[in-house]
Amino acid sequence: MSVTTKPVNQKAWFLILPVFICVAFSAILPLMTVVNYSVQDIISPERRVFVGTEWFAAVMRDEDLHAALWNQLKFSGAVLLVEIPLGIALALSMPAAGWKASATLVIVALSLLIPWNVVGTIWQIFGRADIGLMGATLQRLGIEYSYTGDALHAWLTVLLMDIWHWTPLVALLAYAGLRSIPDAYYHAARIDGASKFAVFRYIQLPKMRGVLMIAVLLRFMDSFMIYTEPFVLTGGGPGNATTFLSQYLTQKAVGQFDLGPAAAFSLIYFLIILLFCFVLYNWMQRLGQTEKEGGHD
Amino acid sequence: MSRIDLDLAHSYKPNPQEDGDYALLPLKMSFEDGGAYALLGPSGCGKTTMLNIMSGLLVPSHGSVKFDGQDMTRATPQQRNIAQVFQFPVIYDTMTVAENLAFPLKNRKVPAHQIQARVGQIAEMLEMSHQLDMRAAGLSADQKQKISLGRGLVRPDVSAVLFDEPLTVIDPHLKWQLRRKLKQIHHELKLTLIYVTHDQVEALTFADQVVVMTRGKVVQMGTPEALFERPAHTFVGHFIGSPGMNFLPANVAEGALSVGGLGLSADRELPAGEIKLGIRPEYLRLVPVGAIGALPATVRQVQDIGTYLLVTCDVAGQTLKARLAPDATPPAVGDRVGLQVLGEHTCYYKNEELMA
Repeated sequence: MSVTTKPVNQKAWFLILPVFICVAFSAILPLMTVVNYSVQDIISPERRVFVGTEWFAAVMRDEDLHAALWNQLKFSGAVLLVEIPLGIALALSMPAAGWKASATLVIVALSLLIPWNVVGTIWQIFGRADIGLMGATLQRLGIEYSYTGDALHAWLTVLLMDIWHWTPLVALLAYAGLRSIPDAYYHAARIDGASKFAVFRYIQLPKMRGVLMIAVLLRFMDSFMIYTEPFVLTGGGPGNATTFLSQYLTQKAVGQFDLGPAAAFSLIYFLIILLFCFVLYNWMQRLGQTEKEGGHD
Repeated sequence: MSRIDLDLAHSYKPNPQEDGDYALLPLKMSFEDGGAYALLGPSGCGKTTMLNIMSGLLVPSHGSVKFDGQDMTRATPQQRNIAQVFQFPVIYDTMTVAENLAFPLKNRKVPAHQIQARVGQIAEMLEMSHQLDMRAAGLSADQKQKISLGRGLVRPDVSAVLFDEPLTVIDPHLKWQLRRKLKQIHHELKLTLIYVTHDQVEALTFADQVVVMTRGKVVQMGTPEALFERPAHTFVGHFIGSPGMNFLPANVAEGALSVGGLGLSADRELPAGEIKLGIRPEYLRLVPVGAIGALPATVRQVQDIGTYLLVTCDVAGQTLKARLAPDATPPAVGDRVGLQVLGEHTCYYKNEELMA
């Protein structure tokens, strides 16, 4: 066998130029503006001072930010803990074929079609103690429910709203994973005398691993960046009970016009998300790897 | 272990009107306890349907399935205590090879030490002992299929083990080995084995009794030898053998047999009318032109297949093939030869059915 050495052709660089320009305008340049802001103190459009990493240090020590981050982590954790199992359960109970399957799919997907701010408005009305179906019902049951007054109620309402809005996405993904399992597996399980739980544990769950990984990543990222719904529903209150990271950021950047700290925080926020996704992705890949130890097919 | 009696028909359509609507036409047959059977037929002939009906994955639309005389038509695979191996390997990804093999026993709450002993025994038979602790998901397709086979064989008390073209994904040289293994396992474990395949070599080497099916119909059930010597239907003659049986239209009038206007004397009584002669290429003899009872033919082609010579001849507008020993002196293409079509091995067919 002879190794052919290709002639060096630098013209190829021109071919990636369009992509490079697109990426530059869509990602690199905006990101660099943020980086630029994060190292300056912008006193007025004409007067700016280079401050180095001062904003980063200040932001890292900010108590409010710590509270928002902790709130955010609890919220995203709760979202994953509830939505993933619930989505799987939903997918398992959906019919497999026929018009019922199509009808169920459409109904399940409905909430995904509603814009975020409308979802917030729906729940704002839904939770009202005087006219809202949920609020009024809870009142009648003797529970002093108020998402505007009680911090825990507000937090739970936002969580419930997210579950209502996004569990269908997990369900649809899980459903797609379930449908891709060949019948032979179910037949073999019946022949082997496997219980329903064993079928779930040893066939359905391992075969859904790929789509569930996507579901976990999507739900984590989306919930970590949640903004519109709590903004419409509670405005971040009461107090800071439902102030999540992005809302905190908006308050800084738009509300107080602290561009420097806001930019520094944006970058930290970005790195946090990147880090979490990296860890989650690698962890789930590893999980798959041990299952396919020495895999070669 | 048990004897399985089928008396049924199956249609996937709700209201079958004609024969074409049935996946399985009405049939009646029995599988004896401890036998090795093969269901042989082309794709879409209904053999997998029949297998799934026996295993309980499918309820027949008409008729009944009996195990040892007991009606099991609507019983689950679990109640029938049947094992089945599928065309493509089914393994439990998260388990090791040993756990895969133990799964059917564990589900039936067999004591742990018995499971271990049995899994060890089966792994030994399949030559997988050294792989027991490996993750099943990482193995190659034929190793996976061996696990599937093992799971089918691991339960000692099954009524029958059903195989649905289990060697499709296996390499040819391994196919041989595994088939021998299955045969050996059949002798050692005395299980009833029913094996579905479209490969005649597989069926004939594996089974004591071969069931030949076509278009939802069982055309013959018999030993490999019977299928070869006395095919009950022209389809069987055509389907079994390599190349398949030669068929030659003939006419019987007033007790005299004639082929293409040439009178021949048959060695048995034949009913009058249009019939077909069936001659295996192995039994078609080439003789000098003009020999008594021989049909004049022209050699069209001579092929050296390695283990035999295949001679293709034209006879009265028909093409016949003859197998000659590899060391025989073959005729040249274009030669006029005589073909001895009648003999003790010749079969006579009327309306595609064997009659003499």
